[in-house]
Amino acid sequence: MTNSPEMIPDSNPASRATEGPDSFDRLVEPKSENRLVLEGGVWHQISPKYVTVQLISHGSILAIVVAATLVLALVLHVQWAWIVGGALAVIQIWTLAILPRQARAIGYRLREDDLVFRRGILWQRFVAVPYGRMQLIDITHGPLDRGFGIAQLKFVTAAAATGVVIPGLAQSTAETLRDHLIEVAESRRTGL
Amino acid sequence: MTPEHVEGSAPPPAAPPSQLVRSPLSDGEWHRLHPLTPLLRGGLFLLVVIGIVVSNLRDRLVYLFLPWLAPGVGDEVVEWEEMGGDPVDFVIANNLYVLAALAVLAVLIILVAVFYTSWRFHTFRITEDDVEVRSGILFRTHRRAPLDRVQGVNLTRPMIARLLGMAKLEVVGAGMSANVKLEYLSTANAEAVRADILRLASGRRLAEAAAPGAAPRPASRTAALGLTVSRELTGIIEGPEAPVAEPESVVHIPLGRLVASHVLSMSTLGLIFAFVAIVIGVSQGVTWMLLGFVPAIIGFGAYWVRSIFKSLRYSIAPTPDGVRITYGLTTTITEILPPGRVHAVEVTQPIMWRPAGWWAIRINRLTGRSASDGSNDDFTTVLPVGTVADVERVLRLVQPAMTDAERALVVHQGMFGPTADDAFTNTPQRAWWIRPLSYRRNGFLLTGDELLMRRGVVWRKIVILPLARLQSFGLYQGPLDRLTRVTNGRAHVVQGPVTPFLAAIDRDIALRLFDDVARASVRAAQSDRTHRWAQDEVDAGVPAPASVGAAAEPVSGVPVPSVSAPVPPMAPPAAEPPIAPAAPPAPPAVSPPPPTEPTGHRA
Repeated sequence: MTNSPEMIPDSNPASRATEGPDSFDRLVEPKSENRLVLEGGVWHQISPKYVTVQLISHGSILAIVVAATLVLALVLHVQWAWIVGGALAVIQIWTLAILPRQARAIGYRLREDDLVFRRGILWQRFVAVPYGRMQLIDITHGPLDRGFGIAQLKFVTAAAATGVVIPGLAQSTAETLRDHLIEVAESRRTGL
Repeated sequence: MTPEHVEGSAPPPAAPPSQLVRSPLSDGEWHRLHPLTPLLRGGLFLLVVIGIVVSNLRDRLVYLFLPWLAPGVGDEVVEWEEMGGDPVDFVIANNLYVLAALAVLAVLIILVAVFYTSWRFHTFRITEDDVEVRSGILFRTHRRAPLDRVQGVNLTRPMIARLLGMAKLEVVGAGMSANVKLEYLSTANAEAVRADILRLASGRRLAEAAAPGAAPRPASRTAALGLTVSRELTGIIEGPEAPVAEPESVVHIPLGRLVASHVLSMSTLGLIFAFVAIVIGVSQGVTWMLLGFVPAIIGFGAYWVRSIFKSLRYSIAPTPDGVRITYGLTTTITEILPPGRVHAVEVTQPIMWRPAGWWAIRINRLTGRSASDGSNDDFTTVLPVGTVADVERVLRLVQPAMTDAERALVVHQGMFGPTADDAFTNTPQRAWWIRPLSYRRNGFLLTGDELLMRRGVVWRKIVILPLARLQSFGLYQGPLDRLTRVTNGRAHVVQGPVTPFLAAIDRDIALRLFDDVARASVRAAQSDRTHRWAQDEVDAGVPAPASVGAAAEPVSGVPVPSVSAPVPPMAPPAAEPPIAPAAPPAPPAVSPPPPTEPTGHRA
């Protein structure tokens, strides 16, 4: 189905960095035959540390929610706190439960003229962005991210809906990838 | 407009080639805005404040100066004084008339000084590659818009400015709040500057400047004369420029259709519903419904009147530098949209317009405004209501790259499809339940340079996406889609009223489309030259094709400024030879920046 030539692995500076032990090596996909599949080429994946960071941050939110609920309900006798706190806690637990699988479904592929980004299992999403459409690359890392040495890379185009945000890249990978993307975008620069 | 150059500014790096600019304001030097600008931008506010103060003090003033007309006020004044009084009483009681007068005077002087200084500091210049504006006294801002990223130039004439013969020029940039505004210029100047900006942005200059025999910058009046002649010749070859000939609109919307199209809209249904609700409610004794719905009805009415008024002067016409769209009855907005600035086009028909056969066209484009600015609407509806023939004509303007065959296809299959020989790839039969009404119509077609998305039966829609403008393309598949082996496709374009989304495409076809679109959009973007839209044409020695429409029109010879307040002749009479009869009207040919210009054209 795909005729577009894949990026030759050697010419892809990000490939080596992401294929190391510092990233997932198996993509989680829906089991159905009808899932979206792009043939040929390698999906680069994100670092397992992303899951750790997310577990810590969501876990601490869950802890705060539980603590607040208990204080409100047991100490201050606010009965409706059970409902609100319970709902929030369920949402958080669900998020925590699907997080590891979700993280394994995130992937990107560097083709000759465009970047393909995928995420989601139940709700699959594939986006192809030509390199020349790049307006800027945003790398963000919070304090927790820094502690674990990961960063989030955002590929910004003139369309807000593009939404290519690759979380949980090893910091060195993110920087290599950024420089690579800027370089190829420069050689394929187009108008808006 | 003040022609004098701002002192101390170094000569700009690259002044625009003189054979391309008509206005003395676009010579690459810093210029100031119209001297009446402070009055329009802040002075009116001051007048209002003074008005409020005076009206509040009316009784008091009458009492002070014409006591016999206000016999009762005296007692009140005594009352006020007993209650502690207001500042005026304080002044009177302490005999501080002189001080008070001085204070008022000082405030006035400071205000005038601030306005004057801010006007002095507010300068702009137009160079070969940019439009720049400097403003601010304490906090200096310097904004520069690169010409090859200009998304459009619009000229707004609000009611009051119009009475004074002034206009606001806005260079639309690519980005949120990225517009460069030149407010205010005299209408004639604004028109000339706009033409210059567009001409410079078009890239026509590059080739012309390189062409042999291109006139050098005039050193003397004789040279200026020669230059003018050569320019007129160029003008004849290239077709008249926008401000010279008022190109005729390709679409005329009769008033009846305009009103009827508003009557036949969803808001009418809402209105009828509200009315029925009120009648029933009141008859049942629920009077609070009146309070709830009456404001809503008034709101609807105001909305109607406003949008009808706005569309009253709608016109759309080709010019050498893009499509010119005019709107508005009291506040006139004229926008020129250069080629290649349209990111998505949607031809749509609400079900209530179907018997009448009316359609509307909306586009996505960079308006350079922040999302919170409600007036975006004005610049995205390129056809408020029109027949199929109108749609065809407008499509030709906003998507000039489309071939006639493609346009016919959009009209016959896209707007009215599916037909017997349907070229679109439609939703598979098995996915009928995702789009129960429209699954037969729901489909796409990838042509050489465009992606067409057709959908909707109740609201018929056909979206035309120029691949050269497509930012990215995505496939989305939820669990139910997967069950049916289909997927959703969504094209990502700049924000606007058009959302290019298509549900329920066969999964295999969609994956193929994903690759095809990726490849085609890269190719289209690489061959796209619209950021300097006229460059290639001149290189090839062909007159700009966009002038077809304009050239076909007889040169009307109607000076544009006559539309509004009369604008006195602009150019120093001695410096200019009589302009060729083909183009009698306004914007004066460029002359060497005159050291002194008659103050007459300051109006």
